Amino acid sequence: MTAPTARPKAAAPETAAAAATKAGAELLLDALEEQGVEVIFGYPGGAVLPIYDALYARDTIRHVLVRHEQGAVHAAEGYARSTGKPGVVLVTSGPGATNAVTGLADALLDSIPVVCITGQVARKLIGTDAFQECDTIGITRACTKHNYLVPSAERLSSIVHEAFHVATNGRPGPVLIDIPKDVQFEEAVYVARERAAKRDCVARPPVDRAKIAQAVEMMRRARRPVLYTGGGVVNAGRIACDALRVLARDTGFPVTSTLMGLGAFPASDPKWLGMLGMHGSVEANNAMHDCDLMIAVGARFDDRVTGRLDAFSPDSRKIHIDIDPSSINKNVPVDLAIVGDAGEVMAALLAEWRARAKEDPLDDGRLALWRAQIDEWRAKRCFAYEPSRKVIKPQHAIERLYALTRGRDVYVTTEVGQHQMWAAQFFHFDEPNRWMTSGGLGTMGYGLPAAIGVQAAHPGALVIDIAGDASVQMTLQEMATAVQHRLPIKVFILNNEYLGMVRQWQELLHGGRYSHSYSASLPDFVKLAEAYGAVGLRATTPDELDAKIMEMIACDRPVLFDCVVSKEENVFPMIPSGAAHNEMLLGAVAGDKVSAEGRTLV
Amino acid sequence: MSVGTGSSQSVYPVSPGEETIREAILAVIVDNEPGVLARVVGLISARGYNIESLTVAETDVEKHRSRITIVTRGTPSKVEQIKAQLGRLVPVRRVIDVTAETDALERELALVKIVGKGEQRVEAMRLSGIFRARAVDTTHTSFVFEVTGAREKINAFIDLMRPLGLIEVARTGVLSIRRGPESD
Repeated sequence: MTAPTARPKAAAPETAAAAATKAGAELLLDALEEQGVEVIFGYPGGAVLPIYDALYARDTIRHVLVRHEQGAVHAAEGYARSTGKPGVVLVTSGPGATNAVTGLADALLDSIPVVCITGQVARKLIGTDAFQECDTIGITRACTKHNYLVPSAERLSSIVHEAFHVATNGRPGPVLIDIPKDVQFEEAVYVARERAAKRDCVARPPVDRAKIAQAVEMMRRARRPVLYTGGGVVNAGRIACDALRVLARDTGFPVTSTLMGLGAFPASDPKWLGMLGMHGSVEANNAMHDCDLMIAVGARFDDRVTGRLDAFSPDSRKIHIDIDPSSINKNVPVDLAIVGDAGEVMAALLAEWRARAKEDPLDDGRLALWRAQIDEWRAKRCFAYEPSRKVIKPQHAIERLYALTRGRDVYVTTEVGQHQMWAAQFFHFDEPNRWMTSGGLGTMGYGLPAAIGVQAAHPGALVIDIAGDASVQMTLQEMATAVQHRLPIKVFILNNEYLGMVRQWQELLHGGRYSHSYSASLPDFVKLAEAYGAVGLRATTPDELDAKIMEMIACDRPVLFDCVVSKEENVFPMIPSGAAHNEMLLGAVAGDKVSAEGRTLV
Repeated sequence: MSVGTGSSQSVYPVSPGEETIREAILAVIVDNEPGVLARVVGLISARGYNIESLTVAETDVEKHRSRITIVTRGTPSKVEQIKAQLGRLVPVRRVIDVTAETDALERELALVKIVGKGEQRVEAMRLSGIFRARAVDTTHTSFVFEVTGAREKINAFIDLMRPLGLIEVARTGVLSIRRGPESD
């Protein structure tokens, strides 16, 4: 790495050594090194060859060669979510950039810090429909937090530093840097991180004391409170998760979480209500509906969470804590909005709560009725399913997977669909950053490459992708990546030979007309694993399941586990589209339960 | 636990349908860099908001700042949402709701082409005097008038000119600035 150097315009005196110029490709890698980047997920191509050439000469940054650029972005997301550090992607122009779009959109909706570097054709060729040219900046404008077309090597290192700043500050998100090939050759002086001009666009607002006092007053008056936490708490880091735990302990408030926020609050805590939303627990959704005070922290009132908006938690006052002002009052109007970092705001709430409790203690019994009500809902055991001794029930498979991996250093990723919901319901997390799933965009094919990213960050950990037979085929080629880089991920496929969630909706909403949702011509996953040089395992009966799972855990190579499960199992409970939280379906129902309006919703 | 059947305790209306639609003039101060207008316009269209008029020009050459003036319509909560979404864009420095200030100045410029002869031509010239419009181009068969003012005045001028041979209109869109010594 070069010594920090002055920008040509800066007033500081320049030494001869400091003014040394380097090619743009070298400046990029210098900047990545200074940002602490250890791993890049990428795929070479014509427009990034100078960068790959510079990478060849360095051993400071590890490169993981993916098999498709979408996989590179998901891997970077997995890396980011399991470490809290930004993930870095390097792909070429044209198809390289367009293949990365799904991953970028995924990272945007889930607020994951990713820096994606794309090559671009040389500046004089831009706009000429050159080979492998596309309008990367135009195409990715709507699926990144911000993007840059680097105009010259002189600006390159500053832009990289600003990109990391934008990606990781405020509400995190993906940032793309498009670097024309001739800029990668052009010589310029390096600009160090601390000298780079960074815009204050994502400044962290100070915590508003008056609002904290108002919030605590509302909390003290509440008799039916609930903490509704989201991915923002995980994004705000360990400090925020700890603050949430202490806040819940001191206040005694029950806690529910979105799909994205699982692990921020320990699932083993008696105040844990389980996940809320469309396939959330009865106790969580009823608590949301009947509460008199809802405290939303780092959650954005997504339609999968709220159900029917005009029936959403009708009798509650709502406090919304979020780093992004545009999340406030977007879907649900709230009574008190506190814009700020989740950890800082919760710490301030806790301090104020304790100060008030000291001077004017609250009656311990004030929440007793609410707790009794929650226990009554809990007693319904809404996740119960009909066990079977002949076929493996998917819920049973996840339960066994959870039981047999307890006490280990486990990270779980998922694809999207029924298996994802069963994983959220039956695999429990006591720590944040252990659960990586595509929540907002719902990207089938997320889990396998995300697991690769997680494993690259945590080589010794047990990384499991809980997958479905349909989803896994969307990015299956990344098995080769896992084998090549000796990343021993475990792909645990709940194989029901269906696009399970599509089939469930067709059963419940479309009269059981299973239009194109049967996965015909499935590959033999065991043979496929062997073809990739990985290990294939199959379990078809409940009796052999445990032994096969143990075999998978013991294996030090990548594994494709074909878990053959009952075919027509549905995910329950379920809030049908267009229904309210207290109108959950607990078991088999007919199609006429869903309103005509509800059917038009996704 | 019984679920309350009365109206929401929330101090804000739960149903968004109860709000009235208002017009908002937003001044968006941005870093003048490539693509910034595309970001602003793209955000507004992607989220389904309407733009009634749009003007943009660099207003601070040294700081490379531009002022984008957008006229849009929506419920108060929708307007708040547009402002918050615009505020998220990295090159956006400030979003000012000019209509939230009382009695902001509002101006627009229009070029209006009239083709006609005889009595109509005289009448067009006479009306242009009432509106303090200037003839910036004249031939034996046509005028181009330049007229400035609030939108209502320009709309009225165009309506009056229509039967007098109006064939083309170019308008700048609305510009707005706060009255008094304070700046935004």
